[in-house]
Amino acid sequence: MLSNYEVFKLLTDLKEQRKDSGKNKHSAGQQNLNTIMYETLKYLSKTPSSRQTPEIVKEFLTAMMPHKLTKAEKLQLLNHRPQTAVEIQLMVEESEERLSEEQIEELIQMVATVLPGDPEQENAAPAEAQIEQS
Amino acid sequence: MFVLVEMIDTVRIPPWNFPRQLNEAIAEELNKKLANKVVYNVGLCICLYDVTKLEDSYIFPGDGASHTKVHFRYVVFHPFLDEILLGKIKYCSQEGVHVTMGFFDDILIPPESLQQPAKFDEAEQVWLWEYETDEGAHDLYMDQGEEIRFRVTDEVFVDTSPTGPAAAASGTICDPGLGLLSWWNS
Repeated sequence: MLSNYEVFKLLTDLKEQRKDSGKNKHSAGQQNLNTIMYETLKYLSKTPSSRQTPEIVKEFLTAMMPHKLTKAEKLQLLNHRPQTAVEIQLMVEESEERLSEEQIEELIQMVATVLPGDPEQENAAPAEAQIEQS
Repeated sequence: MFVLVEMIDTVRIPPWNFPRQLNEAIAEELNKKLANKVVYNVGLCICLYDVTKLEDSYIFPGDGASHTKVHFRYVVFHPFLDEILLGKIKYCSQEGVHVTMGFFDDILIPPESLQQPAKFDEAEQVWLWEYETDEGAHDLYMDQGEEIRFRVTDEVFVDTSPTGPAAAASGTICDPGLGLLSWWNS
C-alpha cells in the first residue's frame, strides 16, 4: 500500500522529469498519462499529503506506535489528518472499545501537531483571535 | 487509496526507438499502454513506479521491433473495502448521488446508503437529508460541487470495452461523520 504522500511525490518528480525532456509529451500515446497525472495531482494537492515530507511521515508513524493501530488505520489517519473525534471513530474500527476519550483527544492533538495543516485554515483562526482582542 | 502492483509484460519497441535508452523507451511504452486505463481485477493504473527486472530482448523474424520481458511495479488506484475517501458531488439522479474524485469518476451512493431519512427533490434534481432536531426538520441539500466524505462499500472492475464504464465503485454515507463536509464542520 502506498500513502497519498508517496504518490504525490512520485507524480511531482515525474512531472519535473517530463518537463525537462521536452519532446513528444503531446503525442497521442502520452495524452493518457498527462491526463491521469494532471487529475491525480490536482486531487492530491488539496489534501494534507501534499504538505508532508518523509521525516514527518516517519515521526507520525513512531508517534502512532503505542496506540496499536492497524496499518490501514494509520494510513487513513496520515492521508486525511482528522481534526475531530467523529473522523477518528470513522477511520479506527471499534474505537469506542479500543480507545478511551483521553486517547482519542491525544490522537487528535498528535495529528494536529505532527502533520502540517492547511495554511489557509490556520491563518483564519489567529485572525479571528486578533479581532476578539482589539 | 493507492497500491503498488507487480506486473510482468512483454514490451515491444519499434526500430525507430532503438537509438533511445532502453529504460526510457520501456517506461514510455508501459505508460502508453497502462496509464489512465482500468485493468481487470486490479484497478485504475496511474503511472509506472519502477522496473525491477529486464530480461533479454529478442527480435522475431518478420517483425523488426524488439520484444523485452519486463518485471515492473505500477501505481494503481484501488481503494480497500471500508476506506474513507473524499470526493465532489458530480450530480444527483434517481439512482443516487454520483461522486467524482477528478481522476476517478464512477462512484455512486445509492439512495439506501444516504443518511436517512432522505428525499429526492424532482424540481431541483437533488437529494436532500431531512435532518430532525428538537427545533424541527432541516433539509440539508446535496448540491453539485460540494465536497463529500464517503466509505467504500463495493468496487467493480469490468473488462475494458471501447464503450461503457470500465470501473465503478459504490459508497455509503450512512454513518456519523460521513456526507457533506459542511454538515460536520462547525
